[in-house]
Amino acid sequence: MFVVIAGAGRVGSAVARSALASGHEVSVLDEDPLSHERLDAGQPTSWEDAGGRFTVGTAIEIEALVEAGIAEADLFIASTHGDNTNLVIAQIAQKRFNVPRVITRVMDPARATWYAEQGLETISPTKVAIEMFKEALGPVERGI
Amino acid sequence: MYVVIAGGGKVGWNLARELIGKGNEVTLLEDRRSRYLTIEQELEHAVQYGDATELWVLERAGIQRADLVIAVTGDDEDNMLICQMAKQKYLCERIIARVNNPRNRQWFELLGVQPCVSATDLILRLIEHEVPSYGLVHLLDLRDEQLEIIEVEVVPTAPAAGKMVQEVPLPEGSLIISVLRGGTGFVPKADTVIEAGDEVLLVLDPGLEEAITEQFAAATHPGD
Repeated sequence: MFVVIAGAGRVGSAVARSALASGHEVSVLDEDPLSHERLDAGQPTSWEDAGGRFTVGTAIEIEALVEAGIAEADLFIASTHGDNTNLVIAQIAQKRFNVPRVITRVMDPARATWYAEQGLETISPTKVAIEMFKEALGPVERGI
Repeated sequence: MYVVIAGGGKVGWNLARELIGKGNEVTLLEDRRSRYLTIEQELEHAVQYGDATELWVLERAGIQRADLVIAVTGDDEDNMLICQMAKQKYLCERIIARVNNPRNRQWFELLGVQPCVSATDLILRLIEHEVPSYGLVHLLDLRDEQLEIIEVEVVPTAPAAGKMVQEVPLPEGSLIISVLRGGTGFVPKADTVIEAGDEVLLVLDPGLEEAITEQFAAATHPGD
């Protein structure tokens, strides 16, 4: 499967490395050339030597998306640090490039829910954290 | 009318002031604390502090009852999403979005955010108007109706100069609606003779500009 990942922060770069290790073809897009180091860190070979692709560019620019290979992508992951950028580029991937599967990171739980209802596959780390904290807190025992 | 404006920059603040002056009810949303405090000294309760891309901020501003939502922040993604949610989630009938980078206009359209306004495009239009070598000026684009109105100046060497309106071979889907001559405009008849120096207004289907320019402004190629 050909995976295009926009945003190589902690999440994006880790997902990229894991996808590459499981045998997928992976192309990463980030506006910061330094983010490439996150892909190399702790690896025996460089990201490119391992077979990965890296494009420097802003995810909302059509040239950058095309260079990263969005037109051929089977899966597009929007994992930049901005919710609004992610929600826009995910819709571009879906509506303009007809990418079969699009996954978007949305920190804001409220919008993650609403956009999911509109047909976007969203992952909200904040929602997950809230659930984990609730679980850690445990049920309130009355009378104590 | 109740208007919600997202973004308290120069555009947003001035829009709010003008709309309030015309008797509208306005809520302006601004997410920079210091900017909000400055605006609040003038607009008082008509400005609220918060990020207009968050649903609770929009709902606190009463977006459900807004007649018009205007997104004029300095960030195109924000403007797109604010208008998309206003339209699709809160069923607001009228939206207006600001395009900061004209290259993003296609994404506004992709997300169904119309109309959108770009200051850069407007200035480019003015340049077209002020620099005659462009030959042709777009006066009005009716995108939904698939029509546009243009103005073109007739140069002395143009094929149309000295011809009657009925003799000018215009493409199907275009019509001369007015001629400006010596500072006054009139509606021409079939036998009106087009003169060099006239400014001719035409209504046409999009895409016919080039065929029309050939008739009226053929000799204005740059470098001639």
